[in-house]
Amino acid sequence: MTETVPRTLPRTLPRTSARTVPDATAFAASAPAARTARAPRRPLASRGWIALGGGAVLPVLILAAWQLTTALGVFTMAQLPSPAMVWQAGVDLFASGLLGQYAAISTQRVLIGFAVGAALGIALGALVGLSRAADVLFAPTLGAIRAVPSLAWVPLLILWLKIGEESKLTLIAIGAFFPVYTTVSAALRHVDRQLVEAGRAFGLRRARLFTAVQLPAVIPAVVSGLRLALAQAWLFLVAAELIASSMGLGFLLIDSQNNGRIDRILLAIILLAILGKLTDAAVGLFERWANRKWA
Amino acid sequence: MPHRAAPHEAFADPASVRGAASRSTATTTTGNSACTVEFEAIGRTFAPATTRGATALPPVLRDISLTVRPGEVLAILGTSGCGKSTLLRIAGGLDSPTIGQVRIDGSPVAGIDPRCAVGFQEPRLLPWRNVTENVALGLPRGTPRAAGRARVAELIELVGLAAFAGHRPQAISGGMAQRASLARALARNPGVLLLDEPFGALDALTRLKMQDLLLDVHAQAPTTVLLVTHDVDEALQLADRIILLGRPDNDTRAGATIVQELTVPGARPRDRGSAELAELRGRLLAGLGIDRHGEARGLAATSTIPAFPY
Repeated sequence: MTETVPRTLPRTLPRTSARTVPDATAFAASAPAARTARAPRRPLASRGWIALGGGAVLPVLILAAWQLTTALGVFTMAQLPSPAMVWQAGVDLFASGLLGQYAAISTQRVLIGFAVGAALGIALGALVGLSRAADVLFAPTLGAIRAVPSLAWVPLLILWLKIGEESKLTLIAIGAFFPVYTTVSAALRHVDRQLVEAGRAFGLRRARLFTAVQLPAVIPAVVSGLRLALAQAWLFLVAAELIASSMGLGFLLIDSQNNGRIDRILLAIILLAILGKLTDAAVGLFERWANRKWA
Repeated sequence: MPHRAAPHEAFADPASVRGAASRSTATTTTGNSACTVEFEAIGRTFAPATTRGATALPPVLRDISLTVRPGEVLAILGTSGCGKSTLLRIAGGLDSPTIGQVRIDGSPVAGIDPRCAVGFQEPRLLPWRNVTENVALGLPRGTPRAAGRARVAELIELVGLAAFAGHRPQAISGGMAQRASLARALARNPGVLLLDEPFGALDALTRLKMQDLLLDVHAQAPTTVLLVTHDVDEALQLADRIILLGRPDNDTRAGATIVQELTVPGARPRDRGSAELAELRGRLLAGLGIDRHGEARGLAATSTIPAFPY
């Protein structure tokens, strides 16, 4: 029995192809037994360790160039400290307990703000995407609010919510809200009408139609919206912490600028890059899982 | 488990598909009994796309009155864009007529009707569900879980997809997807099966096999079938009766209506090469505005054997 045969078809086929592939395609792709006997060769660039190693090439080169220029004295120490000095600054800050605290509080702010903003984005995006009335009512206003640059909110939020956690979390939530809201509402509006009609023809209505057809159809779009929102949350975090804070990586940046600690500035930038990349990779794993399941 | 090799399943001869059909005959659950469908002076006019300068568009359909008997297979033929699909959608409650009404077993259709099941031109399977889950979507609401599962498995066997029950739509061919779509429609135990050019997108051979499959299914559970098609041969092969939608020659009014109605002679399955059907074919094609290219050369209209030289 060769039941495994169609599994060798690429899983990345565009969704529409199922409609247009005639019987002959499945036949031609599966018939020769020899082709099913061994797994097809995967291209070199898609193997796990090559992908990981390949991604590390550029950072290593940059580090080497950095080390070289500082060792040769191309820049003064005040312009560009050596990697070792930045490392030492990190070790010192870590020993004093500040580094861990700053990274933790920044990550916490991003995660809470992201969770709140994304949840609101999904809710309002669903409302606007599904209901014509809500679209007419909310879409223009939300579009206008979206056009406000992030920094414009800061003075208002500080006056209203004081320089506490609330003002920062609100700003980050605003930042995370819009990518999710936009992708969810647009995706719901563009769910394949034929599928929705088929669902209706088989007696699905309202909530059951939503959970059986519309929601699964937009999950890949929702997840990519979440990924954008997370990146946006880190952006807004730094905006919030640069201006009004006493802790966090943004505070480390502005504090180090005032004290002329360029090593710590570089440290903060590198940490932001690493933390942002790590959280993004986590959502990326979720995205891959969701795409396998729903797309 | 089907005894044939799975990858060749797509090219299985009709006999083996028919074999699968007859095997499960004994266990087929009885569904809605076949329904009568009455169209009463149906007319359909679409609203203009823009409201500015809106004059009512000409009607697409007008004065369509027709009764489809229970268990009958009625083919609706017509040129592209003449309103065949609209008529079918009206029957299923996916669209509503501007005037007139449709009655199924005497009660008027308002909204999507649970007695109807639709097979669309495209498979329209949910891409994130496998074949089994897609077919299960067709089950009527409130079907007990175990009975539903058994019914779905039986239908998948019937359409010859048992080996692919766990596959997603993108992993199966277009013909298989269309069969899954048919199984989904049958899962509803419909009193009226509405088929909107269900085999139109398939290649010629697959189409012929699907037609045979449909005949087997109908022989087993004789539901009323409304089949929209633009394929004259398909109509002749499958239908008890054929209606031709179009504009009568001497009529300048807009909108399609029934211009020909004919009963197809003989019992199914019919000989695809029969001379009688060939003659009907010529008449229907003429009704569709296709020139037979015979009379001009003095060939008798009743002869379908080409005389050489042409």
